[in-house]
Amino acid sequence: MFPITRATRKGAFALSPPQNRTLLLEALAGAVLGDLVFGRQAQLADKMHRGELHNRHDDYEELQKERTERRLRTLRDTRPSPPNYPGHIPLHTSEKLLMFLVSGVRAFFHPENGINIVQLGEASAFPVFLESLKNTMLSDTTGRRILRDKPDVKEDILKMETLEKLPKNTFGYVFYQWCRRQKVTPDTRAQVQYVDDPVHAFVFKRFRQCHDFYHALNNAPIVIEGEITIKALEAANMGVPMAALGALLAPLRLKPVQRKRLYEIYLPWAVRSGLSCKPLINVYWEEQLMRDVGELRAELGIYPPPDLRAMREARKAEIKELTAKYNILATKGVLR
Amino acid sequence: MLARSIVSRRSIATSARLLNGTTHFGSKTVPTEQKEKLVGNVFSSVASKYDVMNDVMSLGIHRLWKDHFINKLDPGKRANSRDPMQFIDVAGGSGDIAFGILDYAKAKHGDTVSTMDVVDINADMLKEGERRALEQGRYHRDPRVRFMVQNGETLDEIESNSKDVYTVSFGIRNFTNIQAGLNTAYRVLKPGGLFYCLEFSKIENPLLDCVYQQWAKVLPVMGSIVANDYDSYQYLVESIERFPDQESFKSMISKAGFQSAGYESLTGGICAIHWGVKV
Repeated sequence: MFPITRATRKGAFALSPPQNRTLLLEALAGAVLGDLVFGRQAQLADKMHRGELHNRHDDYEELQKERTERRLRTLRDTRPSPPNYPGHIPLHTSEKLLMFLVSGVRAFFHPENGINIVQLGEASAFPVFLESLKNTMLSDTTGRRILRDKPDVKEDILKMETLEKLPKNTFGYVFYQWCRRQKVTPDTRAQVQYVDDPVHAFVFKRFRQCHDFYHALNNAPIVIEGEITIKALEAANMGVPMAALGALLAPLRLKPVQRKRLYEIYLPWAVRSGLSCKPLINVYWEEQLMRDVGELRAELGIYPPPDLRAMREARKAEIKELTAKYNILATKGVLR
Repeated sequence: MLARSIVSRRSIATSARLLNGTTHFGSKTVPTEQKEKLVGNVFSSVASKYDVMNDVMSLGIHRLWKDHFINKLDPGKRANSRDPMQFIDVAGGSGDIAFGILDYAKAKHGDTVSTMDVVDINADMLKEGERRALEQGRYHRDPRVRFMVQNGETLDEIESNSKDVYTVSFGIRNFTNIQAGLNTAYRVLKPGGLFYCLEFSKIENPLLDCVYQQWAKVLPVMGSIVANDYDSYQYLVESIERFPDQESFKSMISKAGFQSAGYESLTGGICAIHWGVKV
């Protein structure tokens, strides 16, 4: 068929001069004719003929407005449904899956960035789980009251300044001290955007906002180990998918000492407490601020784990002592 | 008397520290220069997202457009000219066009005396511009460069007939009343001054337009997944769509009183440079 000559091995450009010239002439002719039909001059001439260029016809403005409105409408109609509540962004199933994958990877590598956790939480909040959580709330009197009142957890609503003046054994005081020590405030909780049903959105928002109360009740700091512990507690108690994912996968990124502490002390505590205590989503935290914290813990059936902060500080002190000891020995010439 | 001497010794010590250039940042005592950096860090995130949005929207090509914009303008006081040029860059808080113009003037024409007013309605954007000037070590605390918070539709603190060149880059589509912005530009320019604008415009190639439509439909969701910001990107694509096309904007410029209004479409009409001369 094709004799394997040097010409064919070099490819299409190794045509003989007459063939080369023909190809070039054909390309030029195509370009010129194409320009005549589709080029700028032809476009302008067509516009002039249609009355859109200089002496515009009477309907030109209207048609342009309609065109813009049509294009704006296509840009706005990209959502599968109109929003169900203020701030709602409906997503197609493929978009939800994409968000799940992207935020999952990002949250694994950067759990300290709040946005990643927020998005992963909403992407993994399947309607099945939210419906079961809603039913948990509906089957309890306090839960039903929370669903009816729809309380919002914010600094001014909680009146954080008054909490400082409460007796030291009240939950409100403990919560205030915990917030100030960790330098956080309940105002920083992001609003729910991607959950479709408005009641489910409120349930998820309540879950998100009560996270700090769990921390304060169990005296867990906001370091990664403390967060994993509380996530495991939430997973065991409420079955939150994202919390379960976090509690299972996040320890893989920790140092061995931290992992050991988690697997031996904190995760077992979290699972045991979560499974045995009352459903924490049904607690009306705003009303518990005045109560004695020991009494609250006994009623819920949850007791704090060993103090994580104290353990970490003890270990830091040990390491500091060791470093100081070996530095002194080095300067004394013992290790030479 | 003892108490008084103790107090006075302490106040002398404090004033000695301040004379040496230290100040407070929160609960820490830091050198004065460092405080500006720290304050800048606190306010950087709002404005930097607009840069990211520009990058995403134009796939990074906006840098080429801005370079062409400045090269075409060829700004700078010529060597044989006596008076420095007065530039004003509106809605360009982050400073890329403003600093680019001053750099070009210095490099091409040896102009180190022309002045620049960087004006933006949003204080955060201006902070970002000042922070960049500080980081790059130029045009910060420079008497030539003024950063002011101004509404582009009124420019209250800019005198009439005081500017040689008025530039606006990817900002005029955000004006509530674009014609008012053009009228103010006319007021603020000297006779012989140039109005020079870079903005997204109507795409002339139908194939490119089709591709762009699909991209614009996908962009807000991508923005919400990657940057958790659906509304900003939705506003961006809608504001681009609402902006008048090349010929209409040219007639708006003429309506404001400018002569020799014209435009150049870039990259098939994705954006366009418009100009007009005040006579």
